[in-house]
Amino acid sequence: MSGRGIRLWLGLVTLALMLAALYMIFVYVPTEAEQGIVQRIFYFHVPCALVAFVAFALVAIAGVFYLWLGQQVWDDLGYAAAETGMVFCTLVLVTGSIWAKPIWGAWWTWDSRLTTTLILWLLYGGYLMLRAMAGDSEQGARFGAVVGIVAALDVPIVIVSVRLWRTIHPAVLVTRQGGHGLEDPRMVATLLVSLAAFTTLFIWILCLRFATLRMHTRLGALARSLALAEAAAQDS
Amino acid sequence: MENLSYLFVAYAIIFAVIFGYVIFIWRRQAVLEAELRAMEARMRALEEGAGPPQPAARPGS
Repeated sequence: MSGRGIRLWLGLVTLALMLAALYMIFVYVPTEAEQGIVQRIFYFHVPCALVAFVAFALVAIAGVFYLWLGQQVWDDLGYAAAETGMVFCTLVLVTGSIWAKPIWGAWWTWDSRLTTTLILWLLYGGYLMLRAMAGDSEQGARFGAVVGIVAALDVPIVIVSVRLWRTIHPAVLVTRQGGHGLEDPRMVATLLVSLAAFTTLFIWILCLRFATLRMHTRLGALARSLALAEAAAQDS
Repeated sequence: MENLSYLFVAYAIIFAVIFGYVIFIWRRQAVLEAELRAMEARMRALEEGAGPPQPAARPGS
């Protein structure tokens, strides 16, 4: 199957899973007793966060391979993962803020989980700015790989922040007492389906962006060959 | 149904951002494909010695 075919199938699987997740979130899952209907933001908020963490880990892995092997394909993968991760990280911050307003009474608070997530967003925002300014240079790609690796060190800090510092952010997936904080098995099932939908969505978007960057790389190589061929034709 | 508007806005933003990003990628891909086809055609023409040589275009990102 061609790359385009795989992307089409991934898109269709994502659509089906997303529809199933939406059905479960708005019809199947019971309303949480304390927070009410607004708690349903959780079913997209958490998968967005997990997908963003995976994306940033991928940036670091691709950065290591780029520095080690020097192959353009790893740089393209890292760039695609960083951009996709930024989209999901932005959604985490925005949906978290919207959820916080009716529950905490404020759009934002300098809580440890929120602050470390904002730092993560700023670090990868810096990565993307660096890449945009450096253009297609090899030096820019090398600097980008280093920034991508260093920035990913914030991911485990975000994850353990609710255990390390005093926080009002709920530790739902793994509570301080152990186990998970979801009271109803239907909530667990809904979260898992939503997680599957966002995982395939992430892979699909990553494939799309990666294909675009590969095409850009191919175009750059072709432009250089063409310039050389035209110069040779004019000389002869 | 208290706070329904917050729920609606959160989901609307999620879908708007994702759709926007996917459309941005698709449009970028279409532009690059057109540039790639044009450049490949020029390369073939140059190799076959047909048509006047033109300066190479700088690809977009």
